[in-house]
Amino acid sequence: MIGLTHYLVVSAIIFSIGLVGVLRRRNLLMLFFATEVMLNAVNIAFAAISHYYNDLTGQMFAFFIIAIAASEVAVGLGLLIVLYKKYGSLDLDDLASMKG
Amino acid sequence: MYEVIAFYLFSVLTIGLFLVTIMSKNVLYAMTSLAAGMVLIAGFFFILGADFLGVVQLIVYVGAVMALYSFAMMFFDATRDIKEKNTNPSLVFLLGGLSALVLVLMFAAPIHSDAIQALYPMHEGVGNAQDVGIVLFTKYLVPFEVAAVMLLVAMIAGIILAGKKMDDSLTEDLSADDEILTQKDEK
Repeated sequence: MIGLTHYLVVSAIIFSIGLVGVLRRRNLLMLFFATEVMLNAVNIAFAAISHYYNDLTGQMFAFFIIAIAASEVAVGLGLLIVLYKKYGSLDLDDLASMKG
Repeated sequence: MYEVIAFYLFSVLTIGLFLVTIMSKNVLYAMTSLAAGMVLIAGFFFILGADFLGVVQLIVYVGAVMALYSFAMMFFDATRDIKEKNTNPSLVFLLGGLSALVLVLMFAAPIHSDAIQALYPMHEGVGNAQDVGIVLFTKYLVPFEVAAVMLLVAMIAGIILAGKKMDDSLTEDLSADDEILTQKDEK
């Protein structure tokens, strides 16, 4: 039988995949994909906890996470388009203007 | 029985697809595998009895967010492979794994205690959508409205950032000043 731990383990694996992506990627668009992966992993954990504790709070949080992710994508893609028009590249190493 | 089969199938497929998203050099492959993984995550929600959440996931993520990404791809060169230089890939994997482990332990520690009580318990014999609606519009009304305002702000920001005449500078737009001056002259 599938328990809460199974879902939490799957969610943790997907979250660490997203975290590795955030650390590894140099392209801004791919970085956005990795953050989407992390947000989805957290949503799985919330839905699973909500199911096994018979509580609706987890689903509410998942809804608000989805709303935040949608607005993040809208603003972030607008910024990416402005950056691409300005620099012609989305590579983080090219965009680094403050050389310490 | 079906639940077990579906759970393992969905988890293996989701992990594989998200690995493709993270590892692929091609933007199109990454985006399509991300969309497919999100559909499978909606499958997880349906298994867990969160029907409304699954439908919202399908509409918002697979519909709106992925459509937004594919529209944004028109601005970028999607066919070219992305070249990324990584100084030390194994160190990144080690760091990512360790920090993910720490995060998971941190967040999973309170869950295994029995201190959690259901704040808004689900009702027997009531559909998931009705239950969610009642809680959302009574207990979570203020966050709901704030989220609506946030989405409006995000929409305006997206329009202004991706708008046509905004490609030179966001703060000082000389051509707009010229336009205003010529309009004044015409009057």
